[in-house]
Amino acid sequence: MAIGFTRYAKRSLLSICSQSKRELSTHLEQDGKKSLNLCSAINQALHIAMDTDPRSYVFGEDVSFGGVFRCTTGLAERYGKSRVFNTPLCEQGIVGFGIGLAAMGNRAIAEIQFADYIFPAFDQIVNEAAKFRYRSGNQFNCGGLTIRTPYGAVGHGGHYHSQSPEAFFCHVPGIKVVIPRSPREAKGLLLSSIRDPNPVIFFEPKWLYRLAVEEVAEDDYMLPLSEAEVLREGSDITLVGWGAQLSVMEQACNDAEKEGISCELIDLKTLIPWDKETVEASVKKTGRLLVSHEAPVTGGFGAEISASIVERCFLRLEAPVARVCGLDTPFPLVYEPFYVPTKNKILDAIKSTVNY
Amino acid sequence: MALCIRKSPNVIRILKSKIGSLVNASLTNSHSTPFRAEDLRNPDGVLVAQPTLFMNRRYKAEEGFASQRKVDVLNFPGGKVAFTHEMNFISESYEERIPCYRVLDDSGQIIECSNFTEVSEDTARKMYSNMVTLQVMDTIFYDAQRQGRISFYLTTLGEEAINIASAAAVTSDDIIVPQYREPGVLLWRGFTLQQFANQCFSNRHDQCKGRQMPAHYGSKEHNYFTVASTIASQLPHAVGAAYSLKMDGKNACAVAFFGDGGSSEGDFHAALNFAAVMDAPVIFICRNNGWAISTPVSEQFRSDGIAIRGPAYGLRSIRVDGNDALAMYSAVHAARKVAINEHRPILIEALTYRVGHHTTSDDSTKYRPVDEIELWRSKQDPVVRFRKWIESCGWWNEGSESELRNNVRKQVLNAIQVAEKAEKPSFEDALTDVYDVRPSNLVEQEKWLRDTIKRHPQDYPSC
Repeated sequence: MAIGFTRYAKRSLLSICSQSKRELSTHLEQDGKKSLNLCSAINQALHIAMDTDPRSYVFGEDVSFGGVFRCTTGLAERYGKSRVFNTPLCEQGIVGFGIGLAAMGNRAIAEIQFADYIFPAFDQIVNEAAKFRYRSGNQFNCGGLTIRTPYGAVGHGGHYHSQSPEAFFCHVPGIKVVIPRSPREAKGLLLSSIRDPNPVIFFEPKWLYRLAVEEVAEDDYMLPLSEAEVLREGSDITLVGWGAQLSVMEQACNDAEKEGISCELIDLKTLIPWDKETVEASVKKTGRLLVSHEAPVTGGFGAEISASIVERCFLRLEAPVARVCGLDTPFPLVYEPFYVPTKNKILDAIKSTVNY
Repeated sequence: MALCIRKSPNVIRILKSKIGSLVNASLTNSHSTPFRAEDLRNPDGVLVAQPTLFMNRRYKAEEGFASQRKVDVLNFPGGKVAFTHEMNFISESYEERIPCYRVLDDSGQIIECSNFTEVSEDTARKMYSNMVTLQVMDTIFYDAQRQGRISFYLTTLGEEAINIASAAAVTSDDIIVPQYREPGVLLWRGFTLQQFANQCFSNRHDQCKGRQMPAHYGSKEHNYFTVASTIASQLPHAVGAAYSLKMDGKNACAVAFFGDGGSSEGDFHAALNFAAVMDAPVIFICRNNGWAISTPVSEQFRSDGIAIRGPAYGLRSIRVDGNDALAMYSAVHAARKVAINEHRPILIEALTYRVGHHTTSDDSTKYRPVDEIELWRSKQDPVVRFRKWIESCGWWNEGSESELRNNVRKQVLNAIQVAEKAEKPSFEDALTDVYDVRPSNLVEQEKWLRDTIKRHPQDYPSC
């Protein structure tokens, strides 16, 4: 089993943020691997990116002292304030600046403090970054741009510290959208995103920054983009998800197994351009598909997966595609347990799909 | 004088309330460099002589000044701020508008005692030739659109001096980050009339592969970022590019263009603020041409134009007569030196007038007086003014004028004919360059498109 989460209990945003003193604590394991949480894995990837390319830069709001989630800890001290620096509080400025920096052949690693605050940069991402190469006939590109941003539910985030806005960006040809599920994945996928010759938005599941811990190789490694991974093989139904939601889906798979239902679980990892073939092959085997994400169900990326798989697997499907997602409401503070796609919501959908 | 005043705190307090902070800064800093008369004759000197004044406005440079004056201060993050017992609101405007720097008067004569950068005969002739070329190209391309030969066009009429003079004042290593009304910069750098025509006709020789509307040029070879139709969104890119040039230790800066309307966009704010905070060597050139499509500047902002915004962000700024090629050349030349040598952003507001319509989709007589357009077209034409000056220098005459215009006209007409006959790009180019390599969905979509074209060839242009 690939997902090595040690704890699943949700913590409040405040308690996550307050762990800054011990967040980077690690202990040495064998074979050049350390047990790391997701935040430290990101931090390690950033160190490697800065080490291996002198033309790489890390910048954003509050990144200089280590960032509000501490992902950029130690970078400014090590690489200097010219390469790791705070920016004014202005998301469109951060991304626009990053585009110009990247267009000059640099690796611009920008941080948007919360994905909920990425929208002032929407025009820069959609009309500028995404079209930079295309509109110039490949004379210019801003492929060195990577936008890191924490996303998703944390228990007490309310409207503006909880959203999962990935689907907005999946409608934009020219951008890649990548979401890791664990520390090991986060390090390898982030290094790939930083070095990919296309602009990438890298959504980091902030719920897992400290809760997800696994052994992470210390060396410089990359994991391929646009390649999904089958995390768990099964024969009755295919479940597709990404990021933090996979741990919830995994629990549902375990419970379903106890009831004799064999689930195949796929981590999409890259949402665009996405690996349709892996999902298609799985659904052709199982005959059923369930997609789950935290974002509201209407217009979510689950809709795209559902439509594509119905196009490709219509005659093999034994039941309608199920979507277990967030409600079509703003992300509600005290109602979060009602809003999110919980394990039992998924389990119910697995059962009703299998018994359709 | 400074010594006398420092002996009397009361006088200082009274003066301070009456005169304002700029005077305070120079009075209280014994290291300040006063303006010298000789600086005023040298435009570079005017900009270069100011650091002390501006250093004072950077809070970190204010260490200790308050104690000299023995006034109560608030030790605020970012620097000390003096308290005052007087409740004075800062005025929303100054009594006098920022003056407009010019060198050539309306009749093309150098204004007495002007401070400007000398321009050689070769440079002056090239500047004039390029201005005429731009004008002729605009006129013929505009007509081509009216004849239905190209889908769209926008002219630079009335703004030729800003285009050409700013291009002439920088080097080809400087990165141009254009809005869309600056094709003259590209022309100056050697982009050929044929290349302009190829882009406007979207043929297969267009380097941008026919993907954008006419007049959206871009050329890596000429360090000219590709034009987008969006307003002001290019400005933050210029800061990023400039920061890169600084970090690489290049003897170059970024030059960003935008219009008066663009100054209302959030990206304008983002770019100026980032540039100041990051000490980026970038020159922002605002073509304040009075009109953003149909919106006059009186409905665009209440400030005294654009230059006044610079100091609020910590940018050195100047207002220039944009129809005076010598003034534009001098200001940009001086700005470039400061930007590169001191790693400072500079804001230049060039006052001009959009003599043409916004684009070929616009009829500006619907919203502005024809008399106003005519006045600027005739009395304020920057090309005519510059011609008068080079004629007075003995560098130009009627013969060279008619020869130039005839040649350019022939070249433009020829370029149009060639561009029109050239093949359109292959349809496959619609699906490349979205990413560095084509992902599987685009491979699939190309195949689908190819099959569709086979079945319904009548639906598609023959490309």
